[in-house]
Amino acid sequence: MAASSSGYSRMFCKLRKYVNKSQSLYHTFVIRTIWTSGSKTQLQPKAHTKSLPRMVGVVGLEIHAQIQSTSKLFSGSHVRFLAPPNSLVSHFDASLPGTLPVLNRRCVEAAVLTGLALNCTINRKSLFDRKHYFYADMPAGYQITQQRVPIAVDGILVYSHFEGRRRNQVITRSVRIKQIQLEQDSGKSLHDDERSQTLIDLNRAGVGLMELVMEPEMCCGEEAAAAVRELQLILQALGTCQANMAEGQLRVDANVSVHRPGEPLGVRTEVKNINSVRHLAKAIDYEIQRQMEVLQSGGTVLNETRAFDSKSGNTIPMRDKEGLQDYRFMPEPNLPPLFVYESEASVPAGVDPAQVVVIDRLSAQLPELPSVKRTRLVETHGILQEHSFTLVNEDGLMDYFESVVQMTKIEPRKVIGWVIKELMGNLNSQSLKVSQSPISPCALAELINLVESNHISSSTAKQVFQEMWKAPEKKVGQIVKEQDLWMINDKDELQKICQRVVDSHPEEVQIIRRGNKKVLNKLMGEVQRETKGRTDPVQVRAILEKMVS
Amino acid sequence: MSASSAAFRPVAAMLGLSIREVSQALRDGRVSATELCRKCINQIQRTRYLNAFITITEETAMEQAQRAHNRLRTGKPLGPLDGIPFSVKDNFCTENIETTCASSMLKGYIPPFNATVVQKLLDQGAVLVGKTNLDEFAMGSGSTDGVFGPVRNPWSYTTLYREQSTEDPDSDWLISGGSSGGSAAAVASLSSFLALGSDTGGSTRNPGSLCGVVALKPTYGLLSRHGLIPLVNSMDVPGIMTRSVHDAATVLRIMQGRDERDSTTIQAPSTPPSLPEHFDIRDIRVGIPKEYHALGLSQDTLDQWSRVATMFEQAGAQVQEVSLPHTQHSIVCYHVLCCCEVASNMARFDGLEYGHRSTVDSSTDAMYATTRHEGFNNVVRRRILSGNYFLLKSNYDRYFVKAQQMRRLITEDFTNVFRSGIDVLLTPTTLSDAVRYSDFIQEDNRTRSAQEDIFTQPVNMAGLPAVTIPTALSCRGLPIGLQLIGQTLQDWKLLTVAHWMEQQLSFPVIHFHGDSDERELDRSVRERTHTIGS
Repeated sequence: MAASSSGYSRMFCKLRKYVNKSQSLYHTFVIRTIWTSGSKTQLQPKAHTKSLPRMVGVVGLEIHAQIQSTSKLFSGSHVRFLAPPNSLVSHFDASLPGTLPVLNRRCVEAAVLTGLALNCTINRKSLFDRKHYFYADMPAGYQITQQRVPIAVDGILVYSHFEGRRRNQVITRSVRIKQIQLEQDSGKSLHDDERSQTLIDLNRAGVGLMELVMEPEMCCGEEAAAAVRELQLILQALGTCQANMAEGQLRVDANVSVHRPGEPLGVRTEVKNINSVRHLAKAIDYEIQRQMEVLQSGGTVLNETRAFDSKSGNTIPMRDKEGLQDYRFMPEPNLPPLFVYESEASVPAGVDPAQVVVIDRLSAQLPELPSVKRTRLVETHGILQEHSFTLVNEDGLMDYFESVVQMTKIEPRKVIGWVIKELMGNLNSQSLKVSQSPISPCALAELINLVESNHISSSTAKQVFQEMWKAPEKKVGQIVKEQDLWMINDKDELQKICQRVVDSHPEEVQIIRRGNKKVLNKLMGEVQRETKGRTDPVQVRAILEKMVS
Repeated sequence: MSASSAAFRPVAAMLGLSIREVSQALRDGRVSATELCRKCINQIQRTRYLNAFITITEETAMEQAQRAHNRLRTGKPLGPLDGIPFSVKDNFCTENIETTCASSMLKGYIPPFNATVVQKLLDQGAVLVGKTNLDEFAMGSGSTDGVFGPVRNPWSYTTLYREQSTEDPDSDWLISGGSSGGSAAAVASLSSFLALGSDTGGSTRNPGSLCGVVALKPTYGLLSRHGLIPLVNSMDVPGIMTRSVHDAATVLRIMQGRDERDSTTIQAPSTPPSLPEHFDIRDIRVGIPKEYHALGLSQDTLDQWSRVATMFEQAGAQVQEVSLPHTQHSIVCYHVLCCCEVASNMARFDGLEYGHRSTVDSSTDAMYATTRHEGFNNVVRRRILSGNYFLLKSNYDRYFVKAQQMRRLITEDFTNVFRSGIDVLLTPTTLSDAVRYSDFIQEDNRTRSAQEDIFTQPVNMAGLPAVTIPTALSCRGLPIGLQLIGQTLQDWKLLTVAHWMEQQLSFPVIHFHGDSDERELDRSVRERTHTIGS
């Protein structure tokens, strides 16, 4: 007997490799162009008949968001990324016979919170179903999901992206959310080609997922990427999903088709294996282009699953799950209907309100959502809309900005340049998070205040900023002093310096006197150079103008 | 009872007692828990030919008995079940004890946990003596279709039956009924005072009736299914088999109630510590469903049905004919729903995490296919195939949805009858007394299940409580049981009526042919009668 007793407790369950699994993955395709920009007009194939409207892409998304919860959807096992294989597996997760699912309230609350944030209708009663298919990393032979009546339906996600040459024109769009359903995650299979075996890790098996289905209402990769980015921010704000695509907490599959507006939707393909927002845009645009070319050359688009290959930027056909799958859905008999109540008052007698999910209670917990944050930032600080996106997109940046604003007296619009250009520029070049910044909001505020009080010039300040970055232990004043960067505010000294410059540039002075005032800038530059930028340009200009007049 | 008189009572006599009686004997010191356990295990060994047990847990049983003995000796028993030997159908998970479902698929499978109902009994000090035989994965009505072979009905070996038979005891023997045949045989053969069965379409009541024991199927959701390896999740209920209604009530009271590991369980209604000894049957309205006058109902069974109905009437209960018009469709609907859930529930047996794994490893799919082919018998495989067919997208509405709709109508039939003021329904449990194995195997499993389950199965569709009570012996000397069906969550009322009925009937205890202990068994019958009368 191959596996007597409860063999699941062995670290790995080994089985022979599924022979057809990866045969088609390495087919090479000759690709004409790879589109990296998502503008829909760019996607138009060059040749098209004038009588017909142009073909456009149609994109819908299916998103699996791993619920941020300490335990799994139907068992008490812990949820942790990168735990040793098969160390987080309960009897239920290993599908031991006789075990039953017990719904985790935290997961339901996460789905309801997400539904509320996406303006969904929360179904007061939802149901669980079994979806059957044999796969080694799905031990029960079925997945518990919500096929008939999901927990939330009919929502909307509002998102924005940028257009225009300088990409500073904010375009706001929306996509309808068809439904949010609760379901189990599968385990992971690791295929060892050399030894021709598959290793199975069930740590992920049974982790709670929210599947969000977005209607096919987007037209290109950029829109889809913007929608997913906004969703990430919302989920992170809610704390219902960490939404890191690279770690698989957010998995996005794109349904892509092309058609001519007014005509029925074309045959769609499903693109999988996308692990970043950037790749999502790339994969979709590639796929739209590919389908248009197929149709243009008289071919037909196949209804198939394709994988995105990030190295080549292509999509390639994936193994078909043995042709058309019939999932043989049936109601999950071991879970009663899931009831969610409007308010504490609507909880029936005999039911402990603390043990059930109450919408009012969750609504009260909803944090400030990204769109509201951005509006507030624009309104309270008078910053540009595009800057509000940057502040909200970067985890912690908004708080950083607001702290600096609070500690300085200058207009917030002046702070934004420091935060977006200097701070983010430095962080990005070293791939650091905002929380890892060597310069605290307090230190930056001190620096800005020195500029504002005319103790250092703004050009010097940039220099000081870089010094502070290198030596975070030093105080701003210390750096300024050590490098002798204090502003020269002494009138006499300024006069002397200006006089020296005027004396040594007689020709320029002549030209200025003849009426070409622009050349004054050259003299000013000389003063700056001489003083290493430690002068106030306004003062210097006034002195120079007097001297040459 | 003084200690000196205990010496005069042979321990073997104890085996025929009810739980209530033997529990008293344990407290009084007339028998020790270890002696009682030893006797039960000896009885299991002595009746090995019945094939009622798959696993005998002698070693752990003796340890448990010793602990019970220590508690009883110090006058601190855990409750009415402390020291009472019991057995469990081999489809309930038992920690560190092989649990096979009588299938090659789970041969050698050792669960790492106890089913909730088993744990509750152990927590009360009950002593687990063994795991009992069944049809593979509880799919059957004879206990003839398991990988360990058929269970023989203990009544095949009574003086009464053997004296009538002209054939050899090895060729002429009776089925135990099923699928919990091993559990029924264990209680009937005095190897256990209590056995757990499971009841999906009658699997506890059917063998209970054929083996002459009390078999209770509680309201769906009253008992936890955690650790019961499922047949049909929406109908499965752990069943209780005892030798008296009072015992069944005691056990129900201990096992019932919400279990956080089974989300379909419900809070048990509050129940008094024991069934009322005095109860006015004149307050009760008994319904006789006219549709249960089924084709193939034996004269003996019909006679008993009439006799007991008259008995109720004469005692002052109101007895009236009622109609359950959709009952006739129950079997076919059950077939569809059962196959669908079987197809789904059995999907987990793929040889990866536990259980049998084929040595064929040319591909994962080939491994799955051969593992499942080798692991399951024909009956299981056919139900899986049918179920997958019914669940196909193109068939779902025609089969599964229709069957669910019919299930609701069947449930409504019962609701309407109870709403009209009926308290319990009185019906036969099976068509006849136990049939001979050689006759039984003439038909295939599906046909037999369709025939055998007609009186028991609609109850599972509706989730109602029902109990079969041994009524009398047939002209062949075999038990005939009658079934009482109650309203949802009215298990206690049902048992109260059943208790009354049992008291009027005085069903005899089994007499094994040529049993050396016969005199002692005789004595036990007298003792039992005495206790009931007191």
